[in-house]
Amino acid sequence: MAEIATMTQEEREATLGGIGCARKRKEDIRFVQGKGNYVDDLKLPGMLFGDFVRSQYGHARIRSIDTSKAKALPGVRAVLTAEDLKPLNLHYMPTLAGDVQAVLADGKVLFQNQEIVFVVADDRYIAADAVELIEVDYEELPALNDPTAALAHGAPVLREDLEGKTTGVHGARKHHNHVFTWEVGDKEATERAFAEAEVTVKEKIVYQRVHPCPLETCACVASMDKIKGELTVWGTFQAPHVVRTVASLLSGIPEAKIHVIAPDIGGGFGNKVGVYPGYVCAIVASIVLGVPVKWVEDRIENLSATAFARDYHMTGELAATRDGRITGLRVHVLADHGAFDACADPTKYPAGFFSAVTGSYDIPTAYVAVDGVYTNKAPGGVAYRCSFRITEAAYLIERIVDVLAHKLEIDPAELRLKNFIPTEKFPYQSALGWEYDSGDYPTAMRKAMAAVGYEALRREQAEKRARGELMGIGVAFFTEIVGAGPTRNCDILGVGMFDSCEIRVHPTGSAIARLGTKSQGQAHETTYAQILATEIGIPSELIQIEEGNTDTAPYGLGTYGSPPPPPPPAAPARGGGGGGRGGPRRPPRRDDQPG
Amino acid sequence: MAKQHIKLNVNGKTIEALVEPRMLLIHFLREEMGLTGAHIGCETSHCGACTVDLDGRSVKSCTLFAVQADGGEVLTVEGMATATGLHPIQEAFIEHHGLQCGFCTPGMIMRTYRLLQENADPSEAEIRTGLAGNLCRCTGYQNIVKAVRHAADRLKSTSSEATEAAE
Repeated sequence: MAEIATMTQEEREATLGGIGCARKRKEDIRFVQGKGNYVDDLKLPGMLFGDFVRSQYGHARIRSIDTSKAKALPGVRAVLTAEDLKPLNLHYMPTLAGDVQAVLADGKVLFQNQEIVFVVADDRYIAADAVELIEVDYEELPALNDPTAALAHGAPVLREDLEGKTTGVHGARKHHNHVFTWEVGDKEATERAFAEAEVTVKEKIVYQRVHPCPLETCACVASMDKIKGELTVWGTFQAPHVVRTVASLLSGIPEAKIHVIAPDIGGGFGNKVGVYPGYVCAIVASIVLGVPVKWVEDRIENLSATAFARDYHMTGELAATRDGRITGLRVHVLADHGAFDACADPTKYPAGFFSAVTGSYDIPTAYVAVDGVYTNKAPGGVAYRCSFRITEAAYLIERIVDVLAHKLEIDPAELRLKNFIPTEKFPYQSALGWEYDSGDYPTAMRKAMAAVGYEALRREQAEKRARGELMGIGVAFFTEIVGAGPTRNCDILGVGMFDSCEIRVHPTGSAIARLGTKSQGQAHETTYAQILATEIGIPSELIQIEEGNTDTAPYGLGTYGSPPPPPPPAAPARGGGGGGRGGPRRPPRRDDQPG
Repeated sequence: MAKQHIKLNVNGKTIEALVEPRMLLIHFLREEMGLTGAHIGCETSHCGACTVDLDGRSVKSCTLFAVQADGGEVLTVEGMATATGLHPIQEAFIEHHGLQCGFCTPGMIMRTYRLLQENADPSEAEIRTGLAGNLCRCTGYQNIVKAVRHAADRLKSTSSEATEAAE
């Protein structure tokens, strides 16, 4: 290795298998042989299986629950309802957004397939039989699936548990189905810009609810060791340390006596950040019964009851000059948060990074107001394959810029070029408070246009339209805040977004690095080893990466909202001390979509 | 429920077992035999994560009872590698980055195994149709298609080498 010091950078990376080298993924050798270790693969001695009775209605009062037949079924070990959880004060759990969520429905169901009864049995077949034997008597109530209707005068009260609470964690609630109002920007200056504008456009832009739908559903195994007073939870957790913290807050078990382990995860896409009733019920059942309890969702449960993304009902307005210079942006959003505000939002703001809605444009005045609303839909709100609420923001601004281009009859690419933040204005302060450190948007846009042959495409389109054939060309340009940081903007449960890496180098020169992130398919075992190889000069094959075990990994905020690459790979880089090589550091490559 | 006796061949081994008639093949493989390679993604035959080979056909083991495999021959992803190494299909998936989280991969590999027996030289369109019953949420399929095509080439050259050697 002595000659490494004299190598060119490329030779050095090739020798080490470092940053920029094509490498086969370390993970694949086990995955292609079916030797991955996912939660449902886990089988512990004496392990029982949990299953839910779920609501048939979107909104209904529960008159009674008859569990007697299920309790009499051989092989059934426990049947839990909200009444059983109340003495433990576990019938509600805190959400990551400062609200509470019913673990098991308390007198009322608020969305279809909401959890009502948790059954624990010897195997999953008996548990399913027991679910069938439980009778719930409902009084159906009108279900509100539209956020506008939910805010109407006289709309049914959804959250009776919040009765009389006129203030939530994000400020005043102005209606019984209202969660929060979040305002950013200068309202009056924006109103002035619109009053003085030569041209204005306004468009209702709805970004429908979507579900991340990882191929592996959410699952956990909880195992309480009553002798030691220690709880171990294996689960599909994108943020294992956050789960440990929540489990400790909920159960009262000291955090040091809770061991959270996220083994291989079959895709997450934001769906596996939050804490779900299934986890809480499995933990309670294991504490009560003293044996391991497994809970695995089926696909219908995953799609209908775990966290969704988007559901933003937006109105966008632009003020502009007649020649296409944007002078103001005004946005209002009705944010449908479902029955409980359970956003897995890693920022300090209830609409996440939505205030990046001015996008890539130099817009002098802007004002955004977001109203969160309760409806009879599943709770959630996650950063599905993006930073939190960035996709919504990008869609809004790009769509409304297109609407303006259409109205002014200016080419949409030209209108964008006209309004980009000028390169000489960086670092740039946006009207909604974000600092943009650097960029050259016109050059990027022109390169993209040259790459696709934009002018030729427009000519082709004109020719086709002349002979009656339709051809569309879509133009979009967006700037994203990736990585949930910095801490001044980003935290979850008050814990600032950060990550750590701990490296141990063994006497023979190989090393193990442990991180608080958690791969769900992004191949951290491969890429982190490459980053570290570059940083510390040990070949990447000799660097073992370990994540997901809260006993061994340093505290970290997990992997979601597009963190890795930015902050977490900076953790191995900083863990490596940055030694070994001068000059500018190349950024980590990002070949993979978040898994 | 009275258990039923079944006898079947799994990855070359004869297995006898007593199972409830309602036990699904996927649960028999995963929970009774400890073969956790095939996964459960949907329980409705949509996603194909549970795909295994039964008597020369790809089957979704989440919607088949174990008793329906009685007397049959089952091949799972665990039966693909041999003492001499990985199966060319497994190698092709690694080589062409045909996986990310790995959850769909065993099903993809088992479906590819059968597809390439049915059609040794599939076009891209035939690969896409042939794998239509297997969903992947990470990759976007491009690299899976490449891996299957590459595996077809590898298997063809291996079989032509074998033919030449025999001649």
